[in-house]
Amino acid sequence: MSLIDLANPTKFLALTARVLPWLAGATAILLLIGLYQSAMAPDDYQQGATVKIMFIHVPNAWLSMFVWGIMSIASLGTLVWRHPLADVAAKAAAPIGAAFTFLALVTGSLWGRPMWGTYWEWDARLTSVLILFLMYLGLIALWRAVEDPSRAARAAAVLTLVGAINIPIIKFSVDWWNTLHQPASVIRMGGPTLDNAFLIPLLVMAIAFSLLFITLHLAAMRNEILRRRVRSLQMMQANQKAA
Amino acid sequence: MAALGPYASFIATSYGLVAAVVVLLIVWIFLDYRQQTARLRELEASGIVRRSGRSAAEI
Repeated sequence: MSLIDLANPTKFLALTARVLPWLAGATAILLLIGLYQSAMAPDDYQQGATVKIMFIHVPNAWLSMFVWGIMSIASLGTLVWRHPLADVAAKAAAPIGAAFTFLALVTGSLWGRPMWGTYWEWDARLTSVLILFLMYLGLIALWRAVEDPSRAARAAAVLTLVGAINIPIIKFSVDWWNTLHQPASVIRMGGPTLDNAFLIPLLVMAIAFSLLFITLHLAAMRNEILRRRVRSLQMMQANQKAA
Repeated sequence: MAALGPYASFIATSYGLVAAVVVLLIVWIFLDYRQQTARLRELEASGIVRRSGRSAAEI
């Protein structure tokens, strides 16, 4: 099956049906390994056991930005190439991205209270991630507000591409401004500063959460294709009744 | 819990919340799938078929 074939929703659904059980299984296994490694990781000499929050906070924070990146590529597919599955991909990703962003904010807050002495600080990193969360909610509201999926798709694609400006702001906020949030310690020039005892469980959890996103995204895309089939059949039914 | 030190409640709440949201996402997507396929079967049972003639619920 070539990449072009996947533009056909029926072929995409067939592929999804084949790969989803394997993806779900791989996600579950990797999550279990990651959780075991996280539980076995030693305490940090400064943070103690609260370092364990990092193993769930960081993957969610990475995915909150990654999902918006995927939605931005899909938006280009909608506006430039008019790919039939592009806006399905973007629409299906938004609630999942919003959930990851919410979890990044809340777990960060729960990590911040014992380490920084506060749940929240209006600094550049925290505020830019909160803006990302609000943008996800805005996009979901836009898709729900416009009934015609193709009109909603174009408006949402423009909003997504404009919102993509926030992604480098989030990434580099800790370098550009003085923030309470620590600077990058994994994805940085010069390599990670984390010890392997923390880095390995973190990477396993990051891969596990990425697989979780792919699994949920494919399943949500399948639902969106089915929802559009329902809509077109309902319109046919209404036309038949009118005739 | 005692092994997690004085901030055990922060750690447990974080993991519990992530687990709850992930389970909610999975359940929501699963229920949505069931709802859409049920609607498609209902429409097909009422005699509405796709232009291609294929079943809309077919995957």
